[in-house]
Amino acid sequence: MKIRIKINGTVRDDDVEPRLLLVHYLREVAGLTGTHIGCETSICGACTVLVNGQAVKSCTVFAVQADGAEIVTIEGLAQGDKLHPLQQAFWDEHGLQCGFCTPGMIIAGHQLLCRNPQPTEEEIRHGLEGNLCRCTGYQHIVKAVGSAAQKMGEQWQVTSDK
Amino acid sequence: MSAKLLGERIKRKEDPRLIQGRSHYVDDLKLDGMLHMVFVRSVYAHARLKSVNVSEALAMPGVVAAWTGKDLKGQLGTIPCAAGMPDLKIPDNPCLAIDEVCYAGQPVAAIVARDRHQARDAADKVEVDYEPLPVIADPEKALEKSSPRVHEQFEDNLAFEAKLEGGDWKAVEADKSLKVIRQRLINQRLVPVAMETRGVIASYAPGEDTLTVWSSTQIPHLLKTQLALMSGMNEARCRVIAPEVGGAFGSKLNVYAEEGVACYASRQLGKPVKWIETRRENMLATTHGRDQINDLEVYVQPDGKVVGLKCRIIADLGAYHQLLTPAIPTLTALMIVGAYNIPNVSVVTQGVFTNKMATDAYRGAGRPEATYIIERAMDLVALDLGLDPADVRFKNFPSPKEFPLTLSTGVTYDTGNYQKTLKKVMQLSGYAKLRREQARLRKKGKYLGIGLSTYVEICAMGPSSRMPAGGWECGVVRVEPTGKVTVLTGTSPHGQGEETTFAQIVAEEFGIPFDDVTVFHGDTSVVPMGIGTFGSRATAVGGTAIYQATQRLKKKRARIAAHKLGVKPGQLAFKDGKLQTADGGKSISFGDVVGEAYFARQLPPGVEPGLTEQSVFEPPNYTYPFGAHVAVSEVDEETGEVRLRNYFAVDDCGRILNPLLVEGQIHGGLAQGIGQALWEECVYDENGQLLTGELMDYAVPKARGFTWFETANTETRTPVNPLGVKGVGEAGTIGSTPAVVNSVVDALRPLGV
Repeated sequence: MKIRIKINGTVRDDDVEPRLLLVHYLREVAGLTGTHIGCETSICGACTVLVNGQAVKSCTVFAVQADGAEIVTIEGLAQGDKLHPLQQAFWDEHGLQCGFCTPGMIIAGHQLLCRNPQPTEEEIRHGLEGNLCRCTGYQHIVKAVGSAAQKMGEQWQVTSDK
Repeated sequence: MSAKLLGERIKRKEDPRLIQGRSHYVDDLKLDGMLHMVFVRSVYAHARLKSVNVSEALAMPGVVAAWTGKDLKGQLGTIPCAAGMPDLKIPDNPCLAIDEVCYAGQPVAAIVARDRHQARDAADKVEVDYEPLPVIADPEKALEKSSPRVHEQFEDNLAFEAKLEGGDWKAVEADKSLKVIRQRLINQRLVPVAMETRGVIASYAPGEDTLTVWSSTQIPHLLKTQLALMSGMNEARCRVIAPEVGGAFGSKLNVYAEEGVACYASRQLGKPVKWIETRRENMLATTHGRDQINDLEVYVQPDGKVVGLKCRIIADLGAYHQLLTPAIPTLTALMIVGAYNIPNVSVVTQGVFTNKMATDAYRGAGRPEATYIIERAMDLVALDLGLDPADVRFKNFPSPKEFPLTLSTGVTYDTGNYQKTLKKVMQLSGYAKLRREQARLRKKGKYLGIGLSTYVEICAMGPSSRMPAGGWECGVVRVEPTGKVTVLTGTSPHGQGEETTFAQIVAEEFGIPFDDVTVFHGDTSVVPMGIGTFGSRATAVGGTAIYQATQRLKKKRARIAAHKLGVKPGQLAFKDGKLQTADGGKSISFGDVVGEAYFARQLPPGVEPGLTEQSVFEPPNYTYPFGAHVAVSEVDEETGEVRLRNYFAVDDCGRILNPLLVEGQIHGGLAQGIGQALWEECVYDENGQLLTGELMDYAVPKARGFTWFETANTETRTPVNPLGVKGVGEAGTIGSTPAVVNSVVDALRPLGV
């Protein structure tokens, strides 16, 4: 089936099998391997991307369902050389170790801060419940999201909003 | 020119690529002409394979090849076990089952196709005719003579029995003043669940006769040797690369069937072959951890001094030995007295075959089990004698002056000050105040529990004489002609951050900018030799090798500079990027020394050109980090639900090189240990079927399950290595499980638990 998807600001036209998952489309067709696959059952959240501004687990969506959508992946979050405040905060606060969950975690954190720009610790923990990390014990991730919230304010626009 | 780096909270060099999705894990790699492999796995825990028919699968679109165990017999070696112990029963462990399957998930056929979906479709067409055999899934029952045998080639299911005894048991048993406390403990089976599943690409180049393997592994060098042996390849023509690895926790410290078959497939087909594990496969067929039953007897004086400890360990090994399977429970025996100088010890360890996936290393590997045994024992003593658990621990700690301390288990602890960490955590947690709060709440019918754990662990693995496949580590430091520094390490970090830590060591020792140092790891063609990352060894052993190589380079740098300046090397000091005499009268810049080394026109006699040194550090002993943790739990009086209210951890991992990364290691370790105490369990039914086969069924801890960890450190250096570091990767996991369980038991004390 023919689909047209805007990924990180660039429009792509592709002909894909109906059974192709969005995550496989992103990784294997579009070549964006920053989005990871950790479970195939939408538990771990490693495959989280923004679809029309909403955080979506791309392992439970078919590529054809995203036809006409705007997608932002981890590769599209920074503006040129300038890291997104969430990326910067994950680096500053040691919010990652092996890095495998990190892209999904950062996208989930982005969604959380869009909905609730000044979350409490409890709200951050709740907002990240759909994303598993086995390395960090979450504390530095929670700290990173909290510190990004403080720094973000109104100054940062999501790529898809440009 | 260079700032102080060691001991500072330095941000990681690894992170920019990871936070932007620009790194490459195995599944992110694509090679020209690459084929995809999937496995057909046994649905039975025990069955005879009457036939495996791949002909229909071979006719499916895109399918290139399909193999069964019979096809591979004699063509590909079996999966190696490195653990050596007398009388160990080692069953043949073929990469694809031949006549029999002994656990659910065991690979029986491999399918290779042009893409992953075609391979998956074709796998469904493989016809396997099974004749089910009796299953034994319970390790205790497996020891009964009447039980079915996992392997018909052996007379029973006892893979090995090991005894460790120290002290004078006749005297202990004759002493009628001693109380004997008995308890059975269960240390349940766990799944490591690294967020990245396993994966491998094997690429054989027929013209060059070289085999390159990308694998999500902790041990690229050991894997290269083993894959060469299994494949019958000249090892010099094999190369293993561990690219970015998404967590491991011991589960990738192994040589797996799929890696062997991928090599075979690529050699047969002359094309790259990729296999990526699904999460379901990861739960079924990547090694599990723990799984012990511990029957313990504690011999204690009326004043709380423990004089003897006896334990029978039944360790469920699963059906086959993976690389270190039988060795793991022996570490439990070795560390069973924990932080206490208990003069008499007697441990019988029985490793048992069952129809399940193999257990092997999982964060802590045998030591969490030991710590659970001894820390539960201390609380049982306190309960029995009506003493405070902290007092019982103080009573049994050795004095800091007694180190190095050889214990009844035969191991020698390097350094320790267990009183200091316990006092510090009691202060941090407000222990006395917590006890008063508990007393108040108990009057109101509320269940608040306070749990202690004062652990000691064995790390920095280790002296080669005690290790199955060498315990040294290799480090290379090379100053490039431009003055930038390349560091190579035989360790294989996968989240620990050694690209940062090792650069800190070299930059500070060498007096050069941190940004000028780049650390490479995980490629056997780049790093001359290595063992890998596990057993909290990377910095203590691998970091020391790099430290030593740096010291040698400093000497060479001084010799070259001195020769050029016409002074003695001892007269020169490195300051502000220059080697200079004390009065500053003569000096040469670092860049000029590097130029001298490479242009090699005026080198001192006997000095070789270039500026590169290699060191292989052989540790004289293990290190013994320790710590004291306090968990505070509330148990809901209506539902029984446990809420972890507070967690305090004071850890001593020796000298701290980067407090930020140490914190990260502790936090992650705590999460896994707390996960074992409260949520995680790998469950098989009596037919050997895995019930927790997905992340939907297996409770990996989530962000909301945890409270804010309050952590602190003490620093007791070790003399075992010149850096004074002990290791921290497993500490949190080892210390936290008993602290949490002790807190829950303590909460329920009014109910007679």
